[in-house]
This record gives sequence, structure tokens and C-alpha cells, in this order.
Amino acid sequence: MTDATAVTGASAEARRPFVSLLAQDDHTKRRNAAEARFKAYGLGAVIIGLFFLVVLFVSIIANGLPAFTRMVVQLDFTLTQEQFDDAESKLLKTGAYQAYFVEGFDKALSERGVEVEYDAAALDRLIGKVGSIMRDFYLANPDKLGEEVVFDLPTSSRVDGYFNGRLKREDVSDSRFLQVTDLDLADELHEAGIIKSDFNWTFITGTDSGVDNPGGAGIGASVIGSFFMMVVVLVLSLPIGVAASIYLEEFAPKNWFTDLIEVNISNLAAVPSIVFGILGLAVFIQFAGLPQSAPLVGGLVLTLMTLPTIIISTRASLKAVPPSIRDAALGVGASKMQSVFHHVLPLAMPGILTGTIIGLAQALGETAPLLLIGMVGFVARGYPDNFLTGFTEANSAMPAQIYTWAARADASFYEKAWGGIIVLLLFLMTMNIIAIILRRRFERRW
Amino acid sequence: MKTMQTEAAEARLGATMNAAKETKISARNVQVYYGDTHALRDVDVDLESRTVTAFIGPSGCGKSTFLRCLNRMNDTIDVARVEGEIKIDGEDIYDKQVDPVQLRAKVGMVFQKPNPFPKSIYDNIAYGPRIHGLARSKGDLDEIVERALRRGAIWEEVKDRLNAPGTGLSGGQQQRLCIARAVATEPEVLLMDEPCSALDPIATAKVEELIDELRENYTIVIVTHSMQQAARVSQRTAMFHLGELVEFGDTKTIFTNPSEKRTQDYITGRFG
Amino acid sequence: MPVHWIVLIVLALAVIGYVMGRQKALASAGGNIRDLHSLPSYYGSSVAIFTMVFSFLVLIVWLIAQPIVIENQVAGSIPPEAVREGSTLGLMMSDVRRVADGLDQAVSQGAMTSEDAASIRSEFTDVRDRLGAIGVALGSDVGPAVLRAAQHYRALNATGNLFMTIVVLGVALAGFGFALMRSHKDFRARNVVETTIRYILIGAASIAILTTIGIVLSLIFNTAEFFRLYAWTDFFFGTTWAPSFSGRGGSSELGFVPLLWGTLYISLIALAVSVPIGLFAAIYLSEYASPRMRSFAKPLIEVLAGIPTIVYGLFALLTVGPLLLSVFGDGGLGWMKAGTAVMTAGLVMGIMLIPFVSSLSDDIINAVPQAMRDGSLGLGATHSETVRQVVLPAALPGIVGAILLAASRAIGETMIVVLGAGAAAKLSLNPFEAMTTVTAKIVSQLTGDSDFASPEALVAFALGMTLFIITLGLNILALYIVRKYREQYE
Repeated sequence: MTDATAVTGASAEARRPFVSLLAQDDHTKRRNAAEARFKAYGLGAVIIGLFFLVVLFVSIIANGLPAFTRMVVQLDFTLTQEQFDDAESKLLKTGAYQAYFVEGFDKALSERGVEVEYDAAALDRLIGKVGSIMRDFYLANPDKLGEEVVFDLPTSSRVDGYFNGRLKREDVSDSRFLQVTDLDLADELHEAGIIKSDFNWTFITGTDSGVDNPGGAGIGASVIGSFFMMVVVLVLSLPIGVAASIYLEEFAPKNWFTDLIEVNISNLAAVPSIVFGILGLAVFIQFAGLPQSAPLVGGLVLTLMTLPTIIISTRASLKAVPPSIRDAALGVGASKMQSVFHHVLPLAMPGILTGTIIGLAQALGETAPLLLIGMVGFVARGYPDNFLTGFTEANSAMPAQIYTWAARADASFYEKAWGGIIVLLLFLMTMNIIAIILRRRFERRW
Repeated sequence: MKTMQTEAAEARLGATMNAAKETKISARNVQVYYGDTHALRDVDVDLESRTVTAFIGPSGCGKSTFLRCLNRMNDTIDVARVEGEIKIDGEDIYDKQVDPVQLRAKVGMVFQKPNPFPKSIYDNIAYGPRIHGLARSKGDLDEIVERALRRGAIWEEVKDRLNAPGTGLSGGQQQRLCIARAVATEPEVLLMDEPCSALDPIATAKVEELIDELRENYTIVIVTHSMQQAARVSQRTAMFHLGELVEFGDTKTIFTNPSEKRTQDYITGRFG
Repeated sequence: MPVHWIVLIVLALAVIGYVMGRQKALASAGGNIRDLHSLPSYYGSSVAIFTMVFSFLVLIVWLIAQPIVIENQVAGSIPPEAVREGSTLGLMMSDVRRVADGLDQAVSQGAMTSEDAASIRSEFTDVRDRLGAIGVALGSDVGPAVLRAAQHYRALNATGNLFMTIVVLGVALAGFGFALMRSHKDFRARNVVETTIRYILIGAASIAILTTIGIVLSLIFNTAEFFRLYAWTDFFFGTTWAPSFSGRGGSSELGFVPLLWGTLYISLIALAVSVPIGLFAAIYLSEYASPRMRSFAKPLIEVLAGIPTIVYGLFALLTVGPLLLSVFGDGGLGWMKAGTAVMTAGLVMGIMLIPFVSSLSDDIINAVPQAMRDGSLGLGATHSETVRQVVLPAALPGIVGAILLAASRAIGETMIVVLGAGAAAKLSLNPFEAMTTVTAKIVSQLTGDSDFASPEALVAFALGMTLFIITLGLNILALYIVRKYREQYE
């Protein structure tokens, strides 16, 4: 210890004068200021992150909620059998219905003591072709003739937009779709309670309506499309994922083949989703000849995407089962396979299901691969005929439908896209909540 | 069984008997709580400057807890709460005005497991002087680093590879590096929390030798599980049991003629 | 016999086999289960497995091979002079398939007898009309060569299906008989069943490899085809991206550089947003925040990661874009022409990546041992000095890995750029200009109207290939770094 003794002459205390702990020197003050700044940056980052979250949700809700309501013209109306026969005998049938409707409309106005000037064309601009709507209704429900029927006739998308603020009065120029005077009429009718806000069931249950009818667009068909895709994903990815995880976690020997599988799984988890779309297009559609835009193909592609997620979480839950359980089973003479399937797997099941639900939620929101397999170009105008054709018939899916609406030129569809996002997020939220409940309820600490 | 008051009185008595040296640290009525657990109760003790004081006692007795009170390392644990009064050089270190950063510069610490930073040997030592602004120039810093490494009795072994990572040293070298690192900030007190528990006997011997030499300049407090080590390196010994200070006095007295039965039982290996 | 009937028959055989195998084993032990080597159900299962596994394997292979073989046969039988001017054998074959499908439908709907379908001649009947009458639309008139080939195709298919039925059912029966014969009390049925299950497990695990192979093959073949039509030097070094809209013209310029630039520029902005915010948020949450704050803020930030990218895309297009436009557009600073721009997409992508960076960094910062922090704090360092000079350098490799993973995400992200970045490929430094990316162009080239065999469509596969290689490289590098880092502290 020669080197230590060489410097012991100078005492630490002797060299440094007494410094009180009660007062901070300048250097310490500066350091503490830096400390405070650093902490503030961190807090700032957290707040910015949360701020973005709030902005995102406010923007979704503010823009999307109007999609769930619509303005309707509500009218009690009675058409007698004679009037029906009369109208049906005319050459211009819808014109005749229109005339009856205007009659009823006038009556309703005078009952409520409203006096406005309007013409039949204005009514058409407000609520579309009244005559044909009436005719279709009475042709379909002849028993309603002579009874009082409450009609909820949806207003045109422009009028709808006017009431929910999408369309400003200043921006309206007279066209064959809408004239400024129509807005005065709409305002009066709104005050009189003839135009009122109503829950838009069409949006929930309806199908996509084509580019020229934003008012009639609904997300229902694509919810069904998504449902069929999720059925495919669940039916394929859960058993395959669990089987693969069991092999890798319980049986796989340590060799190059196992390593290859491991490397592949961790890489597939990070491959861009669009590449899976290319795979789906080339393999499932071009090579295997499966139908375009079919939920089956979408489901297959999403299965391949979801598998790594499910495998990773399943392996984590298998790993969490303590080895003592396996030893106990082997100790009473069970085979390795029996110990895994009888003991380990049931214990890991809650974790596996949680992981699967989260994987499904991811798959449900995935859009990019669906673009390439043709789910976007397709206008989902109808529901599948039965359960089996649901898989193979061309359909849309929720995220694809949202994209389709967002990409349309008519800005009225944006509201539908936001509304679609609310529906999509509600599904995702439900799935995640189920996953959280599962985890909370069955989580086991060893 | 004696009452608590008499124990405390005897502990104080032990402190006053050696009043020849000045008191560096004095603790009065110290209580520590971890959440709802009362981990340390009613500790009264006076530690002298330029003396090695050993804290002994079975695991979980509160000796490390008390050690960590002396440089307020317990502040970094969310649930820990310290009550009572601890004075260093007559200043209450738990006073609101006291900045723990400044306190820790004055009261250095060496930990149970060697914990060199993942940096070069040079940077490990220079870290403290840099953050405390002790060096005015590169030359100054080089000097400080060399002096600290010499004091840590490791200079000869590492002088040719100051830029090698500190984590590449052996366990014993790492611990001496950590001692040198603590010394580099020129503290007045050195706290050592079982500094040899992770080391082999040869490395332990070197570190003990080092502690003995450092005694000339520093007030050293060492927590140890090894009775032999306490007997070898310390002049004063405090015995803790179940969160209480059982006995405090000259090491020789404690080991040859303890006044407490619990101390005797522990020293003779009946528990702990 | 239709495939699903074959499947059902084999399944029924398997069920019967299960029952019989179980009974036979029990009978051989005189009804005493204890004399059996395995549990009775294993004997049943082994028969069912032998019935199903091999026959289904044969069925799958047959289903894949038959169309390829028949295709080749039929294509070979078409005389080269029958291929019409301006058409190719490939196009003709798709006509053949369509006509054959049409004839199938006509027969199944009863509009034609099967003899009719086999003997009909285009010289005497307008096949297109007759098929049109039952709702099968054909693009062009059906020539005699096509019709004959289609009939040949149907005949071969019918024979093929017949043989398939016979072979598959034969294999099933053979397996059934073989396994049933072995079903005896000394037979180690459990081992057989378990070996089979083991192979099934291996098969499931191998799907990951198959997927990768599928991705690589689907990219390679089409990319090679693209480079046959378009010089690879022009693709990789071309600075203009201008596909012709006709879809078949040779005048397209398909330069990769502007797309790469757009991708990198947007990713850079995304990282510039997400890395500081994500990293600081992770530091704050793991080092400073109280447990309550942490348990509340961490899940909330992670909500951002669970939101589908289509939502971010819409957010970029309809909220952020117009917002930026009102500040930097003509009404404000005048730098921006439209809402879709590099900045819009980059910003939104950055928001999306914040939780990605923060939760990865959080894990990594937490992996730094507490002893390291204690050592620094014990020397009198402030918390921030400890974080900056000890924790972060120690965590650096892991954080670099996390950032690389985030970069790979940014480069491969599609929906945000499709909706938020614009469609024009440009080489520009102005972040407020619209640019486009590799992913956006993959989408537009493959969802347009262009013919799949044209360079305009095939270029998407070359783009996909480059994208795959870039992200794969980043991922492997990042995973390697992160793994090395983890090992250091384990």
C-alpha cells in the first residue's frame, strides 16, 4: 500500500474549509436549477403526449357524433285507398303522390300555424324525391292505406350539413341541389318542429350507398365483413398460435431449426403490414385464385399478421406457469404431452385468451393489407345471403369502409368516416376491456 | 431485561467515554418507517471523526437503514420516512435548507455490490469531481483522479489502462475503484454498506487494509456481517437488533466484555 | 365428387375408426382397461389419425397440383397459330378458364346437358350468347380454339377429380384398415398419437417460416418480372417518378429515389417528434413520477398505440392538415399549398410513435440496475445528472434499438402517408410540400386500373421488396442490439 500512504499527508478536511450544509453555494444552485428544468421537460413530454391523446379524441368525437344523428321531416300523413288508386292510374304516378304529400304538408303547416312560401321543387331539394318515397312505401305496405302514418323522411345531406354546422349559410350558392331560400324554409320548419333531429339508424344498420348518397351511407355491411374476417382470424390463429407456442416453449430442441422459427416470428412481428397485403394479393388471390375482396382472404392475411402477436403472448403465459406443475404431472407418470395439455395449457389459458383478444383487436383495425386485396374499391351495398357466403362474397370491412369514405370527393362522407371510427373504436374498446377483465379476474401470481 | 431508556443511556455513556476525539455525527431519537413498518426506533448515537465505526447485527436489524439515513439515501425510496435529528458538524442534515446533493458530496458512500458505472476507469473517478465542479482544468482533474486512485490503493493496477471500462476489472478491483470514486469528491465521512460481502478473502484483505489507512483522514462508518471484520477494522462498534441500537462502545469492549446479553449471543453465534 | 363431400366422408370414416379402434383394443384386453398399454381413447384416436392425416395430405397436394398440371396440358394442346394477333397464350388461357367455368355453371343450372357442354361447337352456336343467357358474361367472342380447349380442360378436370376421389378415399381406407389391424392391447397407441400431435405442433410453428417464404417468393418473382421489363439502374437511380396513366405504355419513368426521399423525410420528422417526447416521457414516468401518476399516465399514453392507423390517417387528413394549412398556408406564412404534406404525415406519425418509443425506453431504463443509480446519487449527483450521465449512457444501446424499431415502423407505415402525405413524388427540402412514399405508391400502383403484367403494377412488388429488405435489416439490427443489451444486465 505504498501509493496510498504517499498522499495521506494532505487531509481532506484540512484542504477544504468548513462549508455549511444549510446554505447552497452557486454551483449547487445552478445544478438544482438544471434538475428542475430536466424534470419539467419530462413532465412536459408526458403532458404533450396526453394533450395529443385529448386532441385526437376530441376531434374524433366532435367530428363523428353528427354521423349518428340526422335531420328528418316528421309528418303525420294519411293516404286513402281512393287516393292511392287515383295516383296509380295516372301517367305521372310519383307526381300524383307528390301532390298529395304537398296537400298533407300544407295541412300540417296550417295546424301548427306556420306560414311559409315554398314550392314542390324546394321540398324535393329538402328531402329528395318525395313522390317516389311515398309510392314505394304504399306499394310495400298496402295495409297502411287509410291509416295515419308518421313519416320520418331524412333530409338531404346538404340540409343535414346545414343543421350540424358542416355547411355555412354564407357558403351556399344557388344550385339544383340547394338554394338559399330553402334554408329559410328549413329554419322555419325546424322551429315548427317539423324538421327535427333523430337517431340515424341507417348509419348503424345500413350499407354503403355509393358516391352520390352520403345521407344513406351506413357501416352495417362492413361491420359484418369485419365480423367474418375476425371469425377466420380467430378460428385459424388461436389453434395455430397455441400449437406453435406449445411446441416452441415445451418441446422444441435447441437447434438451428428452432432458431430459424424464432427469428422468423420476431421478424414477422415487425414486417410492415402492407407487405402482408402484397403477400395476400400474390399468394391468395393471384396464385390460389381466391375471390377478391372476400372476408376469407382478408381473414387469412390478418391471421398471418396476428400469429406472431399471439405466439409471443401465448409463450409468455406458458412461461409463467411454474416448472413445478410440469414436474408434478411427470412425477405421477403422465407423458410430457399429457402434462402440457392437462395441466400447463389450462393454467395458461386466461393469458392466452387475453393475448388473442388483443391480437384480434389489432387485426380489426388493420387497413393497409385490405387495400391490396381489393376490400377498398368494393362498394358494400348489401349483406351476405347466408353464413357461408359471408366468407366468400365480396364485402368491405370497417377500416376499409372508413378509408373509402375518407377518400371520396364529397366532403359529406368525412362525417361518416369519423362516425365509422367511433364505431370501430367502440369495438376495440370493448375487446380491450374484456381482455383487461380476463386478466384481472384470472391473473395468477405464482 | 433492561428497559429501553437504560439501553440508550448506556449507549450514550459509551459515546462520552471516548470524548477525546470530536464528535462528527450525532443522532438523536431517530425513527425510520418504511410505509407502515417501523424499521428503526429510538437510535441515539455519536460517531467520532477519524474513527472507523462498525455497525453489526443480524440481517434486517436496521443497520443499513441507519447508514442510509446518514447521507439521506433513504430519500430515494418513496415509502421511507425519517424522524428525529441527525447532525453532522452540528448541522441538522434533515433541515429543509439542506440540499441532499451537497450533503452527499460531504458524506460519500460505498455499496454492498461494486457498482462501477459503464464508463472508463478515468470517467468513473472523474464523475464526482465533474458534477461538483471540483476541477478547474483538465490538469486539475487528472491530478484528482490520480490522487483518488492512489488513495483507493488501485493506482498501480490501473494506471496503464485508465480508458478501459471500469466494469472490466475484477470484483475486488471494482470495489476499490468504487472507494476511490467516493474519495474523489473529497468527502469528510465515508459510509460503507457491507463493502466486502461480494469479495473473496484476498480482495477483502486488501479493502480492509485500505479502510485502515483511510481512517487517518475520514470518518468511516462500515456495516458488516462479519464479526471478524468488525474486530479487525473498527475502533468503535454499534450493535443493532430488531430495529434498535442495542449497544455501542469500544470495539474491544464489545467483543470481549459486552454488557448486553443479546450482543453476547450474537457475537458467540447463538443467533443471526 | 365435390371436395367437401370427400372431406365429410373421410371425417365420417375417422369417427367410425375411432369407435372401432377403441372397441377392438378393449376387446383384445378382455374389457380390462388395466391390461391396455394406453388409455382406450388413444387407440381410437390412432385409427382416426391414420384415416385422416395421410388422406388429407394427399388431398391438399392434389388440389394444388391438379390445376397446374391441367393448365400445362391444355396450354400445350393449343396450337400456336390459334393464338390471336395481339394476344398471348396467358390471356387466352384465362379465356379458356372463363369459358370452362361458364359451361360448368350452365350444366349446374340445367341450361345445358353435360353432353351438350362437351360437344357444343362454336361453328354452329353462339356460345357467348348461350352463356350470357344464364348470367355468365364473357368479354369476347368464343373462338373454336378456345372452346375446344375449354372442353378439353373440363374433361381433364373431370377425370382428375374422379381419380382424386378414388385415391383420397383409398388412402383413407388403407390408413383405416392398417391402424385398426394394429389396434391391440400391446400396441403403443399413446406414443403414436403423441408423435402425430408433435408433428402437428411442429407444422404450426413452421407457418412462421412458410409466411416468410411466401412473402419472399411473392416479392421475388414479381420483382424479377419487373426488372425484365424495366432496367434496374433506372429504377434504383432514377430521380423521376412518373408512371404513365394508360397502364400499358412504355413511357413510364419509375425512379425510386424520390419515393425513398419522401419516406425518409417523413420518417425523420416522425422520429424528431416521437423520440424526444417519448424518451422524456419514459424518463419522467420511470424516474420521477409518483406511483399514482405512473399508473394513470402510462396506460393513457399507451392508448395512443392501440389506435388503428386509419384513425391517424383521417386525423392527419381532416384535422392536422387543415390546422397546419391555416398557420403555414396562404392565410398565414404562405409556405404550404395543401393540407397534405410531409409535415402533416410526419407529425401525426410522430404522435403514433410516441407510446412505441416511450414504452420500449421505459422497459430499457427500468432494466438499468438500481445499484447504478445509487452509486451516482451516493456521490452527490442530482437525479437529472444521474439520469443523463449514468442511466442513459447505460441504456443507450437499448434506446438505440428502440429508435431503430420505431424507424422501421415509420418507414413501413402506410395509412397515414396514403391519407396525409399527398400523391406527388418530389425531391424537395420543403417539409410543407406534398410528397409521397414507398408504401403509398405500392397502394396506388396495385389498386389502380393498370394490368397486373405491366411495369406500372409490377413496380409495386419491387417497391415492396426494397421496403421489406430495409425494414428487415432495421429490425434484425434493432433486435440484435436490444438482445445484447438485455444480456448485459441479466
